[in-house]
Amino acid sequence: MNPDEILKFIRLTYSGFSDGALLALIALGLVLVYKSTDVINFAHGEFMLLGAYVGYQSLLTLQTIVTSEPLVVLIGVLIMVVVMVLIGLLVERLVLRPLIGEPVISVIMVTIGLSNIIQAVVGGIWGKTPQSLPVEVIPVSERFTISIEGARRPLLLQQESLVAVFIVLVLVLLLIVFFRRSKHGIAMRATADDQQAAMSMGISVKVIFALTWSLAAVTAAVAGLLIAELTIGVSGDIPGVGLRAFPVIILGGLDSILGAIVGGIAIGLIETYASGYIDPSLKNVVPYIVLLIVLMIRPYGLFGQKLIERV
Amino acid sequence: MAAQSGIYHETYPSDMQIRPTTMQRVRLLLLLVVAIGLPFVAGSGLLRIVNLVLIASVGAIGLNVLTGYTGQISLGQGAFLAIGAYACGLLMVYFQVPWVLAMIAAAFITAFIGGIFGLPSLRLKGLYLAVATLAAQQIVNWVIIRWDPIDGAIDGVATDALNIPANYLLGTGWAVDNRALYTVVLLALIAVVLIGALLLIRRFLKDQLLEYAALIGLAAALIVIVLGAALVTVYRDGIDLSAFMRTNWQLNSSESAFYVLGLLVLASVVVATNNLFRTHIGRAFIAIRDQDIAAEVMGVNLFRYKVLAFAVSSFIVGLAGALVALHSTAISFERFTIQVSIEYLAMIIIGGLASISGSIYGAAFIVILPEILRQIGSQIAGADPAAIREFNRILPFAQQGAFGVVIVLTLILEPEGIVKIWRNIKDYFRLWPFSY
Repeated sequence: MNPDEILKFIRLTYSGFSDGALLALIALGLVLVYKSTDVINFAHGEFMLLGAYVGYQSLLTLQTIVTSEPLVVLIGVLIMVVVMVLIGLLVERLVLRPLIGEPVISVIMVTIGLSNIIQAVVGGIWGKTPQSLPVEVIPVSERFTISIEGARRPLLLQQESLVAVFIVLVLVLLLIVFFRRSKHGIAMRATADDQQAAMSMGISVKVIFALTWSLAAVTAAVAGLLIAELTIGVSGDIPGVGLRAFPVIILGGLDSILGAIVGGIAIGLIETYASGYIDPSLKNVVPYIVLLIVLMIRPYGLFGQKLIERV
Repeated sequence: MAAQSGIYHETYPSDMQIRPTTMQRVRLLLLLVVAIGLPFVAGSGLLRIVNLVLIASVGAIGLNVLTGYTGQISLGQGAFLAIGAYACGLLMVYFQVPWVLAMIAAAFITAFIGGIFGLPSLRLKGLYLAVATLAAQQIVNWVIIRWDPIDGAIDGVATDALNIPANYLLGTGWAVDNRALYTVVLLALIAVVLIGALLLIRRFLKDQLLEYAALIGLAAALIVIVLGAALVTVYRDGIDLSAFMRTNWQLNSSESAFYVLGLLVLASVVVATNNLFRTHIGRAFIAIRDQDIAAEVMGVNLFRYKVLAFAVSSFIVGLAGALVALHSTAISFERFTIQVSIEYLAMIIIGGLASISGSIYGAAFIVILPEILRQIGSQIAGADPAAIREFNRILPFAQQGAFGVVIVLTLILEPEGIVKIWRNIKDYFRLWPFSY
């Protein structure tokens, strides 16, 4: 193997890994919602879009008021989180709650309807031209330099993506601790396991649903902001990235947090390898081909819970 | 649903009718009259929208067979439409297949590929299946964009668009320069069609197969109108018949020519699917939707019928795709994206799941909604240039938002769709003024 090939491999692995971490974060939001409410949220990509634009707007506004950049980012992200919590609550109360107990297709369609509404609102307010964030959310511009003897030129890797991976990791750890240790987290797991049993133990399922949706909205917004910072800027293409998370959750299993993370990294790596070694246009297709193969062998994904049906 | 009382069936054929009451028959007759009369009164702009509704209706019925009746959620509708459209287009462009054969072949090809994508459905259910059909969408789109023979590089420039040749509703090979001969041939054809249709209709009416009679009547009426128009023009103006057919009955430029084709396809599909769910195959589909394991216990071969459901649905969707191809001068993958799949799902949700007429109402609603918004918007904007600019900016978002709002409101307020609202209206008047 010649040195250039090795460097290419390292580059692809690096970007596949950071891409995969972002996909994992997106998938995590989807899994969260599915686990406790049995809804697959086709509007997740639009939550990301909305989050990115809310973050963009608050950064833009704060920039004129506050001078210190770190403070701008901190307050801006806080505002975004608060707004997204409210939106999560609103969506759950107005759109999803009336549909509890309806067939799968109705629930899918209501989230699809919601996604169209959010896209229309965002497009109507902010227009369609892509913007870059006014303040860098991750203020790191250094690069790693890797050089191997005999290679034509050294490899430069952006440290920014590593920070993003780190942020994703911290969020995931926080979520795991939340699920394992906190009262609400345990209540959420109980609800996911058996809604009626949870109700009879005095858990308010309504509160849990509301909590889940706001949590999912916040993770989506963070993912949207990171994508805007790292790749495509604040633009109408963000929901397309959200669409890429569907193979991830199916691969990992709809109800498995571990599956979301492993699936995210796996799909991220597969995507970059396929586009780097075979054909760039394969990027969007290969995950789905992998998905079809996996589903043929393991219909509930790699880590999904097997459901045994009785008549 | 309030049942009509006072209907007594004395024979099995009478008991098995799809439309047993007088009211239903009157409505069917009215529908036929409107359908035949429409091209005479409607302008080409309106007829264009009607044609889009016809195509969408065929596609929506296809999706409803799969999603509404068999309970298999598909997000791959756009892909199957694309397969139908490209199969039809490629057959016509590269193999010079006549359009009728190309359309039928496209439907069979789509059915075959749909059946293949239906294979995972044996092991997958609900959400997993929905996402697996997303795979069909992505893979087909990629193939269309990447596969070179499909790029329609006729003039050496590779594009995604495939140019569709001109097709004529009636053949063009009759270039005999003899007016008397034309007249005789056309008159003979009209007579044959009329007599044949009358005989068939009488036969079907005797067996109380009203739908078949109506379908034959519709087809005969349309053919006679087309031939009659040709006869009148050729006789009066003394022009070459084939020239007349070329100028007036080109499918992708004359809306009324396409209307005849679209209406006939839709009517056949409606009759076929309405009857499908009275056969053991259709009943098996419904049983699978309601409880698949129970259906298997009752002796329904799940694998066979699920794949069959995918194939039947894709066949109809393939027909719709072929219609899309025949209706346009060029097709490209942008017309078959995931947004299209979503629109079709919205049609059957808004119209009514597991309902043939619902599919048509939903298709009409989704096709007409953006048009209505455009009309209203341009009325409000008036002639002020600034207002028009703002209107042009807002319009796509307003259309998209309205689409979303309609879906959400339908699901929350009337999950059974337009069909249920229409049924409620009928029930109200059936019992009027003494409703309970």
